[in-house]
Parts: sequence; structure tokens; C-alpha cells
Amino acid sequence: MPPEPGLCFAASFAPALLDPARSTPELVTGPNGKAADRRYDVYRNNVTVSLIDALAAIYPAVQRITGTDFFRAMARFHVRSNPPTSPLLFEYGRDFPEFIEAYEHAQDMPWLADVARLERAWLDAYHAADAAPLSPARLSAVTPEHLADLVFIPHPAARCLRSDYAAVTIFAANRDNAPVMRIDASTPEDALITRGEFDVAVRRLPPGGAVFARHLLSGRPLGEAAAAALEAASEFDIAANIAGLIEAGAFTSLCCGDPS
Amino acid sequence: MSTIKSAPPAALPLRFATPIGGVAGTSFKPEHLPAILEAKNRRGFFEVHAENYMGAGGPPHRALEAIRRDHPLSLHGVCMSIGGPRPLDKAHLARFRSLVARYQPALVSEHLAWSTHETSFFNDLLPLPYTAATLACVCDHIDQVQEATRRPLLLENPSTYLAFRESSMRETEFIRAVAERTGCGLLLDVNNVFISATNHGYSALDYLADFPLSRVEEIHLAGHAEQADDEGDLLLIDSHDGPVTDAVWKLYEIVIRRRGPVPTLIEWDSKIPDWPVLQAEAAAAQAILDRHHSAVPAGERHAA
Amino acid sequence: MSAKHAVTSLVLAGAVSTALATLASAGPLTKAEADAAIAAKKEKCFGVALKGQNDCAAGPGTTCQGTSTVDFQGNAWKFVQGGTCTSIELPNGKKGSLKPV
Repeated sequence: MPPEPGLCFAASFAPALLDPARSTPELVTGPNGKAADRRYDVYRNNVTVSLIDALAAIYPAVQRITGTDFFRAMARFHVRSNPPTSPLLFEYGRDFPEFIEAYEHAQDMPWLADVARLERAWLDAYHAADAAPLSPARLSAVTPEHLADLVFIPHPAARCLRSDYAAVTIFAANRDNAPVMRIDASTPEDALITRGEFDVAVRRLPPGGAVFARHLLSGRPLGEAAAAALEAASEFDIAANIAGLIEAGAFTSLCCGDPS
Repeated sequence: MSTIKSAPPAALPLRFATPIGGVAGTSFKPEHLPAILEAKNRRGFFEVHAENYMGAGGPPHRALEAIRRDHPLSLHGVCMSIGGPRPLDKAHLARFRSLVARYQPALVSEHLAWSTHETSFFNDLLPLPYTAATLACVCDHIDQVQEATRRPLLLENPSTYLAFRESSMRETEFIRAVAERTGCGLLLDVNNVFISATNHGYSALDYLADFPLSRVEEIHLAGHAEQADDEGDLLLIDSHDGPVTDAVWKLYEIVIRRRGPVPTLIEWDSKIPDWPVLQAEAAAAQAILDRHHSAVPAGERHAA
Repeated sequence: MSAKHAVTSLVLAGAVSTALATLASAGPLTKAEADAAIAAKKEKCFGVALKGQNDCAAGPGTTCQGTSTVDFQGNAWKFVQGGTCTSIELPNGKKGSLKPV
């Protein structure tokens, strides 16, 4: 839809905001015919810096891992190629982990994209809808013959991520300013992210735990989830994982797969 | 009573009738929440950026509920793109409307600026030319916002760094016309007046003399930073990262003397200081408001 | 229940009752217990929660102010400097990059 006559200013003003190679738009000026280059640059700067700052606020561990200069240079590329499409800034940067994964200069940090995915999930959990967690009493009311078909309704904040690397350990070590000890990045780790009324919590899952959690969070019945988890890890502890997921607040309610 | 609900919670009762009168307030920053809740001094209001509370749930809403229980709230929209040529984002307008309904703020404001073009959101308050065409567009957008929220909007004058060759009206003329056509109120940012006057080489006092002060229902004060333009002349940046400057305090007092006390906000958005520092800035504004208290029409006093 | 479930109802019933007993008795871990569990990498345990990081990471907010920090012209990547990535190792000896790949 072409803008009406007299309303073309935004189409002329916008393109150079994220492209320093373009010159200052013709339609702007300083007072009394003064040049407007440095004046227009204020807007370029506001846009670029505020969006890089937004990525830094969403991905503080990634920034700490890479150092500020590396991070800001990487983020600047991303901001220019993928500016936000929503005015809700906490939605921004959803595609940044994939950008990191493909970023030429981050190839020696193959675990970095997974750390970013954890940070993105952390913020999504932080803003997710409020819901009361499942009360264990609800589970105790289910009769044994209904347990295999039991379906758990996920809490809006609950998420499960898997990594081929020690993403949870790296994430946890870099989300505050405590000194970082040597970390072996090669151990695969899975994470459960939940949020109660206030705190987002990230848990590292035991073997089989992620398969179990992912089945339940996607609405698969308990019997199927337990079987899949045992197949993934023979030492999988059903009781500990049920208790752990409930204690973490991963669910809000139950739905008995009773056909009647 | 549980505050955890998946359905939109019932609106909080409107505890503070508008107008709230000559009270000084501050930007609400979550890191100040413990200090605010601990303080015994209950005077003052808080302003938040609407967009930061448009998530579905979680800690931001817990913090805002806690603030709103004891204080009047000002909801300040940043991203509506009222000054842009494109139709308003209907989804964003709906979010804004439900936030107003949920928290029943004493003040609701937005900017004379734009921030979205086509699919890109630029996260900055961008300037617009002042012409008959943009005037019609801005008025139409404000009508839509006021229709949606069912209350008058306060429109804020911008800080700008450049001008458009095609502008055919002065900013004050433009704002006056918007207010007359839409019935909206105005949020006068005195720091923005000082910044724009410096950047464009006009007199801040002339601007204020031409500004429809009787429609001003809220005032913003903030700090700014200094840079230089292409000719090496002073270019002020609306950085909100320090104390209000002496020049802006002087202009503020002139405005209050003429207008009478109105709610006044200290904005501080970068390099955020400890709560007592911010509170002291608000106390300085409150002292000026109180000094001119006798000038208030009786009906505007002690509205709460 | 049908035989298609590799996990019998009996096993599930036992697991659920153990889980409920655990939930009824378990108190939250103290900070020291949580740190110890994390340090020991008790993989058999259900993960220990990493909490208390809300303050530093409430995410981005909108701005209605300009910035006096100038950073919009660069178009080159930067070396990793001052980052923690040099503590993060892979078995082949690879660490975070300090120079071009």
C-alpha cells in the first residue's frame, strides 16, 4: 500500500537508519540550512545502540562469554539484518541463536548457540502467562488403572531444551559475575525451565529426563513418556522425575485419558 | 486471594481519581521496588512504559501490581507510532487498551513520533514533518487511541535533532491543532523543549509562550547530554541519564507559575541511580509545585 | 491396561506413590546443598534448580530516550577479549576463539 501524498517521509527517513553506507536522507535539514549529517546520525546511533543493548539484555551470558566487543560487533550484524518486527522488545532476538550458530567467528564456540537458546527460553518463561502449578493432591486422586493414559497440562512457562554440550553449566556459570572455573563443554546436558510466581528456575535433567519431560509437555500420556524415557536411559527413575517435574511447577493440571 | 490466574485478572479499583494534582513522580524501575515498598513516604506517582508490561504474565506484573496498590500510576506508551504514516498496529492498540483497563492509570500518554515502518520496529522516537497531511494522520491515530481506551490521551512534545524541509507549521502550532481537533491533553516535556530549542536555534521561552499550556496535564523533566553538530555547534541529546539541568529547572518553574501545579515526572532511564537520588530529584520538583500551590484552582487540589 | 505399554500400571502406580511421598517430605534445598549437588554433578538426581538470577536478567525495556554512546558505524567483527570463553574447553583442546578461525 503506497502512502498517501505528503506521507512519504517515513519511507525516505527509515532505510538509512540501519545502513551507515547510505547517505543522509534528502528531506531533512539542520536549522537555517545547516547540514544534517551528524544530526541524522543521532537517530542511527539511537536505533543501533538501543537494539544492541536489547540483545545484550536478553543474552547476558553470551555477552559475558564472548566479551563486550565481540558481542556488540556480532549483535550489530544481527540488528542490521534482522531488526525487530514487534514493538515488544522482550520478543526480540528469537532468531539470534541461529545467527550465532552460523556466525563465522563463533565457530570455535559450538556450544554458544545452545547457551543463547537457554537465555531466550529463560526470558520467555519470565514473561509467560501466570498459572497455578499442579497440586500433588490431584495426582494422588488418580486411580492406578488411569495412570498410563494420564496427560499432564503444561504450565505456560515450562520448557525443555537439549544440548550436545554442557550448555546448562556454561549458562549457569555466566549468568552472574562469579568467577568462571574450567568447564568441560563436551558433556551433553538437558535443561528444564520453569517459573513460579516470581523466579525462573533452570534445572539440569538426569539421563532420560528430557525425553520424559518433552513427551509430557507435548501432551503425550504418562505410560508412553515413561516407556520412551526408559528406552533412552535404562537407569531412568520414573518416581524421581515425576516428583521433580511437579516440584518444579512444570504442569498446571491433569487430564485423564479416559475415553468415556 | 491468589494473584496467579490464567484469565485476565479483574481490573484493580480506581483508587486515585484523576486529576492527581500537583504531585511529583518518578520513572518506576524494578530495581527500586524493594526501596519503594520499604519507604513510609507514600506521596508521589510512578510512570512505566506500557510496552514493558505487555507480556502475558510473570514478575513484571507482580511488580506493577505492588506499585499500583499504593500509588497513582502513569502509563506512558512509547511504541504506538502515532506520528507514522501507516495505520496503527491493531494488535498493539488492543494490548494498550487492556493494560489501561487492567491497571486504571491516573495518566495515559504517548509521543508525537513514530518508531515502526513497514515491518521494522526501530525502538527510537523518530521525527515527522509538520504539514496538513501529517496533522490529519496524527489526529486520526489519536482518535483511534482515545476511542479504544475511552479516555483522553496526553500527547508528548518530542525532542528532535533535525527538521524536515517540507514542514509548513511550527511544532507548537501543530500540537495546538492536534489538541483542538482531537480533544487530547498534552504532556509537556520541558527537557525536550530545551533540547529542541538548542538544537534548532530558537528560544525555549518563545516556544513555551506559544504552547497551549492550559491543556497540559503532565510534565516531564529529565537530564540530557552534550554533543556537536556538523558545524561543531552544541547538539543536545535527550539521554535521560543524569540530573535535571539548571536551565530546565528554571523553565519548569516558569511553566508552573503560569499553568499552576500539574503532575510532574522525573525521567531517568539510563545510568539509573539509587532510589534516594531519584527521590531527591522528585523532591526538588515537589518543592517547586508546593511553592505554587496557592495558584491552583481549588478543584485541582487534593484530588486523591 | 493394554500390553502396549512397556511400563505396567503397577510400576506406574508404585512410581507415582513414591513421587507423592517425595513431594510430601521434600523441603527446598539450602544454598549449600544445592551448590554441593551441582558441584558433584549428581546426574542421577533430578536437576537442582538454578535460581536467584532474576535481578541481572529481567530482559530489555523500551526506550524513549536517546543515547550518548556512539556505536553505529562499525562493520567488522572483533576478537574475543575479556570473555570467559577461554575457560570453556572441548576435548580436542579447542577453546573459545582468540583469533580468526
